[in-house]
Amino acid sequence: MVLFVIFCPVIAAILIMAGLPARKTAFAASISAFVAALLLFVSFDHSQPDFQHVSSFTISPEWHLNFTTGIDGLSLIMVLLATTVTVAAVWFAGTIEKYENAFYACLLFISGGAIGAFASIDLFFFYAFHELALIPTFLLIGIWGSGNRVAAAWKITIYLAIGSFILLLGLILLYQSFPVSARSFDIRALQAAAALGQITADAQRHVYLLLLIGFGILISLFPFHTWAPEAYASAPAPAAMLHAGVIKKFGLYGLLRLAIPLLPEGAHYWANLLVTLLIGNIIYFGFVTIAQKRLDWTLGYSSVMHMGYIFLGIASATILSTTGAVVLMFAHGLSIALLFALAGELRKRTRTLVFEELGGLAKVMPFASLAFGFGVFAAIGLPGLANFAGEIMIFFGAFRNGWEMSHFHTFQIATVLALWGVVISTVYMLRAYRKTFMGALSERWREVVDLRFSLRLPIAVLIGVLLCYGFFPQSFVRMVTPAFRIYLADNKR
Amino acid sequence: MTITAPELEIAVLVLGMVILLLEAFATKIDKRTLAFLAIAGLVLVLAASFFVAPRTSTSQPTGFWSFYTADRLSIFFKQFALLTTIFVLVLMTDYAPVLRSSFPGGATPQAGLGEFFALPIFTCVGLMYLVSAIDFVFIFVSLELVTISFYVLVSFTRRNPLTLEAGTKYLVLSALSTAFLVYGIAWIFGVTGQTNLPRIADVLANPATDRSAALLGMVLILVALGFKIAAVPFQIWVPDVYQGAPTPVTAYLSVGSKAAGFVVLLRVLQPFLALPQTQRLIVVIALLTLIYGNLAALPQANLKRLLAYSSIAHAGYLLIGVACFDASAIGFYLVAYLLMTLLSFAVLIIVAQQTGEQIADFDGLAKRSPFLAFAMLIGMISLAGVPFTAGFLGKFFIFYAAIAQHQTALVVVGVITVGCGFYYYLKVIRAMYWQSAAKVDKIPVNGLSRVAISALIIATIWVGVYPQPILDALKR
Repeated sequence: MVLFVIFCPVIAAILIMAGLPARKTAFAASISAFVAALLLFVSFDHSQPDFQHVSSFTISPEWHLNFTTGIDGLSLIMVLLATTVTVAAVWFAGTIEKYENAFYACLLFISGGAIGAFASIDLFFFYAFHELALIPTFLLIGIWGSGNRVAAAWKITIYLAIGSFILLLGLILLYQSFPVSARSFDIRALQAAAALGQITADAQRHVYLLLLIGFGILISLFPFHTWAPEAYASAPAPAAMLHAGVIKKFGLYGLLRLAIPLLPEGAHYWANLLVTLLIGNIIYFGFVTIAQKRLDWTLGYSSVMHMGYIFLGIASATILSTTGAVVLMFAHGLSIALLFALAGELRKRTRTLVFEELGGLAKVMPFASLAFGFGVFAAIGLPGLANFAGEIMIFFGAFRNGWEMSHFHTFQIATVLALWGVVISTVYMLRAYRKTFMGALSERWREVVDLRFSLRLPIAVLIGVLLCYGFFPQSFVRMVTPAFRIYLADNKR
Repeated sequence: MTITAPELEIAVLVLGMVILLLEAFATKIDKRTLAFLAIAGLVLVLAASFFVAPRTSTSQPTGFWSFYTADRLSIFFKQFALLTTIFVLVLMTDYAPVLRSSFPGGATPQAGLGEFFALPIFTCVGLMYLVSAIDFVFIFVSLELVTISFYVLVSFTRRNPLTLEAGTKYLVLSALSTAFLVYGIAWIFGVTGQTNLPRIADVLANPATDRSAALLGMVLILVALGFKIAAVPFQIWVPDVYQGAPTPVTAYLSVGSKAAGFVVLLRVLQPFLALPQTQRLIVVIALLTLIYGNLAALPQANLKRLLAYSSIAHAGYLLIGVACFDASAIGFYLVAYLLMTLLSFAVLIIVAQQTGEQIADFDGLAKRSPFLAFAMLIGMISLAGVPFTAGFLGKFFIFYAAIAQHQTALVVVGVITVGCGFYYYLKVIRAMYWQSAAKVDKIPVNGLSRVAISALIIATIWVGVYPQPILDALKR
């Protein structure tokens, strides 16, 4: 079943390149992957914290390298996110004028790569699957992008290539820092070995720093962020949805999967550095986002900024905050995909996303403005939407880390500063909403039409899921916490 | 009947003679028949080579076996040389029309083709002897067999001024490097009284030996081999010769000649590993090669020249493996390099006949021939090092060895240069997929090339996903 979810998009992409009708095949593949992921969700056994549906193929016995896939609560949530956003992205892609087959093949390769990375238990394939997205992203932005697409495509590709090679060094070092008898690419075996304390504190510090830089570049951690806003602003909407919504979560998933369980000492040692950088993400990018003059750039920067909250959840490493980080990863993936999809539809109609030229569009596009409003409120973190659930858990969890009545420590200060981020994001999100949809409608946009019915469906689904998990986040929390309880059992501070 | 390793070389040698004789006496036949005959013969030898058992003797070898080894590594690289030659011959049949046009005054329309197809077989024999050689005299002789046949091949289309320049440069600089080699051998022989590598190792292990003189000899030999593998600062000839030589010969130079150079380097360095200076020297050369090769490749607009600089860059990654003395990582990288380089050259030869060798000539190739564009895409991403291709695993094993040995400088520079590599390899992908073509007519690909290119694509991905067979073959 897991294999089907991974390979369904990949095989569909290959078939599309071989000449099958692009849109229909992509649609069928993304829907069937989504349905299969839902089945996995339904049949998931909440009681056991281990990986389920495990299947394994030997690649190299000498290197202990196997192609092993399986899911636990954490990876299942990520697979669900990936398949949901894929369906929405394919739905929104519509008809492509140039190289339609290549466009859909690229989308599906990105999606398959993301799902493969989330469902791999083997470090090597975890890494390799993520890289499957690299070249398709380059082509998507380069061929079908808008604005300064050439520079954006080069920047994201070179940046991410170097980032992932740094990550590769970190993974090799991680592998080598275990004693020879315990070396394996299997994450479960590594966790068992790490629980026995087979990785020295010194090695943990080195590996953690490399992983932090490697994953940090992929997640656009301050100051490794410069590729992100421009790439998202120039990418075609489906590519931005998949990349900002799903691929970027790979780095966070990696930190949760590897850094916290395997390298608690390293995480503790570098906590202050990470907290400083993530406050940079929240406060600095908050202000930078306020200064933006275009909708696509605002969304691009806001997605960089929101990574800061998730980093806070990961950095403080309590059960509450890491679970909150997972909920926020899922919620942010959906909400940013929703916003990018709507921005893409706006761009198709108006050919511009500069605030100065827009305004009053709610009069001609009532549905789009309502949906955008939901996205905006989700991004701000309004109670009732899933983002709120994630953020509040992160804030409470982080605040409690090392809490003393007498004075504040790093995490308390960080939480207070991060709370200001909510205010900042309210400012820029509401401002973006006002400049785009409120005010006087310019003569130029009088002919603009609202979203047609078929496009309202995926939007409604995305909003529905956001609302559903905003009111009932427990269903996710139940899935994630058993996995974290094992990691963090001996790691409570 | 069992086959022993030396019989493989003899078979290839006989095949070369037969082709030459056919060329001389059967004047009426289509010369391309000779190429197909040669390919068929080499495939037979390649098949036979899988039945050769590696010879592992513990006693001190004598007679013929004192300068010839048939260990697992050498048999693996004999197969490597055969495979390279087969693919180069396929490329040569594609290149034949270009060659024909450079012999306007020839007696027959196919003048010169026969020799063009026969010479690589002799180079192949040289490469096969070279990877087995464990005696300096034998190394020298087989290296000369390779080099002299390359003199002719490089300047084959001699009406072209670029080719003529390439031929002259290659001749002069190869002769110079040979001189260095002989001088180095003389020094080592003077110190140790031996030309046989295992015996040299024994003598060097004796603390009474004058090590500084032996080290001087080693450095001189390193200079000579540096020419062969295109390591900085002995790389000056590479861009001009690669660009000027007929394209199949360039492919052959960059794969066959380089692989043999690395095998010899590994064998020659073995006795000198006890000396601490050796590793430091290799690390410095590797760093220079990585930096120069990758930076100089960045601004190139001619694809053939770009591949020349990329060949220097890959020599740098291979030298990381030499500095860590990891023979199986080097072997694996060379296999990956063989697949992806031949793939790129195969596409280049076909496209260049329609448009040209500039990267701009590849504009819109995805529209004109999706098959060739996809093949080039796989070649380029493998050269750049994207997972699920052979090139990535090659880099993975090299970096693994470097991290295990704590070669921090090599690893840091290596990662930065990988970033450079992504830029210049993706430039080609950008041309093929982003840009629109000046012409829109389809580019034809004949059956044999289609099979060869498909085989290379599949092999590149297969080795990238399932490397175990290659790793097994490389285990000593």
